[in-house]
Amino acid sequence: MADSVTQEVEAALRRIKTLDPQLRCMIATLDQSAIARARVLDGESARGQQLGALHGRPVAVKDNICTDVGTTTCASRILAGFHAPYNAHVVERLLDDGAVVVGKTNMDEFAMGSSTENSGLFRSKNPWDPERVPGGSSGGSAAAVAARMVTLALGSETGGSVRQPASFCGVCGLKPSYGRVSRYGLVAFGSSLDQVGVIAADVKGVALLLRTIAGRDRRDATSVDEPVPDYVARLDEPVSKIRIGVAAEYFGEGLHAETRKAVEAAIELYQRLGAEVHEIRLPHAAYTIACYYIVCTAEASSNLARYDGVRYGHRTARPTDYIDLYSASREEGFGAEVKRRIMLGTYVLSSGYYDAYYLKALKVRTLIKDDFAEAFKKCDVIVSPTTPTPAFKFGEKTQNPLEMYLADIYNCAANLAGIPAISIPCGFTASGLPIGLQLMAPHFGEARLLQIASVFQHATDHHLQRPPIHAA
Amino acid sequence: MTRRIDEAEVRHIAHLARLKLTEAEIARFGEQLGSILDYMQKLNEADTTRVEPTAHPLPVCNVFREDEPGAPMDVEKVLANAPDKVSTYFKVPKVLEQDSA
Repeated sequence: MADSVTQEVEAALRRIKTLDPQLRCMIATLDQSAIARARVLDGESARGQQLGALHGRPVAVKDNICTDVGTTTCASRILAGFHAPYNAHVVERLLDDGAVVVGKTNMDEFAMGSSTENSGLFRSKNPWDPERVPGGSSGGSAAAVAARMVTLALGSETGGSVRQPASFCGVCGLKPSYGRVSRYGLVAFGSSLDQVGVIAADVKGVALLLRTIAGRDRRDATSVDEPVPDYVARLDEPVSKIRIGVAAEYFGEGLHAETRKAVEAAIELYQRLGAEVHEIRLPHAAYTIACYYIVCTAEASSNLARYDGVRYGHRTARPTDYIDLYSASREEGFGAEVKRRIMLGTYVLSSGYYDAYYLKALKVRTLIKDDFAEAFKKCDVIVSPTTPTPAFKFGEKTQNPLEMYLADIYNCAANLAGIPAISIPCGFTASGLPIGLQLMAPHFGEARLLQIASVFQHATDHHLQRPPIHAA
Repeated sequence: MTRRIDEAEVRHIAHLARLKLTEAEIARFGEQLGSILDYMQKLNEADTTRVEPTAHPLPVCNVFREDEPGAPMDVEKVLANAPDKVSTYFKVPKVLEQDSA
């Protein structure tokens, strides 16, 4: 069809227009540039040019990923109206492959949070129950895919921020290995932890997006020169004997009964499909949260020092001197959680406390990393719940910040160790809330991880269910 | 043993972090940080004798490029988001004292 991309993009924009007033996934919808881009792509198609792997596919992008159209705000008042002067590497790759960016999605401010309640702008809703959070920090992207505004979205992870909202919203979310995807243009939170993540309606969508965005980029010195497999072509290769690792540490107290049941059923299904289950130990699992929140806040305190009101972002109206310029601009522009984490990070790096907290946490990080290396001698993937509970209600965890942090228990280890991890839907609670299954693999093991996830999806239909609020 | 962060310490950290906290925030953060840091004491249970710290999850090193200048960003783009500017400069309040050299 002559203008098929334009029609597909217009349809996506209509779906967003219809659903977003209720769900509030989008910080900005890029109508004009999306239609303009669609027309260009239709022109290329009409002239018989080679079409990219994502030709015409509408994609939503988390608002901490720089796009040179529209704004990039990180859902923070300190970056209100900020126009990024360049596209992030991952956005360049999307465009090179013919995708169309239709919107920038809502998130916890500077990616700090697990519910999108910390957005400096507004709350996004979970399409499965609008009184519940979509998860965070990539809540807008996950909810947009769940409601089928789009079927492909980019998010980011520092400590589970793609997998957790994917789990809460009943969609698939992958955190690649550290170094697999360039962070150029991803606004930095915790540089040794951050990765751009992909969210899609199914594992095939995840493979498609990952294949497009993965690979070395000279502008990110931490992106690795590791060849990018054709994740899509390899998806349905027959998988040799799968060894599933199950860690007792992930099935202890605090795990919601229905979540436990669904994950155990998933493991049993893998067994019926021929997989072997091996008990593994992750002896330092209990230290994950303490380690993570010291490392990420320390790195954040450094990364967020750039928001000083000098070159971009909010500047206070009447600074008394240059210290006041910085301090008042930051006080006015940052939300409470961001300030709290900057304070914590500054504290653990400060003279007198550096060894006791930060250096200690870096050593514990080695122990956690080594736990995984040891475990992967006995198994191909480690399987666990993605989250200890299904999506919680708004306000349920905002009174006590520590309680919110503790809910990240299953996710942060993969970021600390730098290994790839995915969440896929594996069931629902009796009240209809999605439950996510997490699979983790060794470093640069995405191809096999996706194959093993795909095996589950061929045998189940949880990923095909639609939430009460979704596109027709 | 509850770790307590006293007010002086909170003010010191806020100054290091260049955050002009309100009195209410100083009180609240003192409490919240205290209980979070209390939880962090858990790490003392882990035996880390002779364990090397991991600052970076990947053993990559010496990622160099040739020391050749690339194309700079267009000045207009650089200044596009400036809160205040004059000609090709960002404009800021005075930094130096009146009688500094």
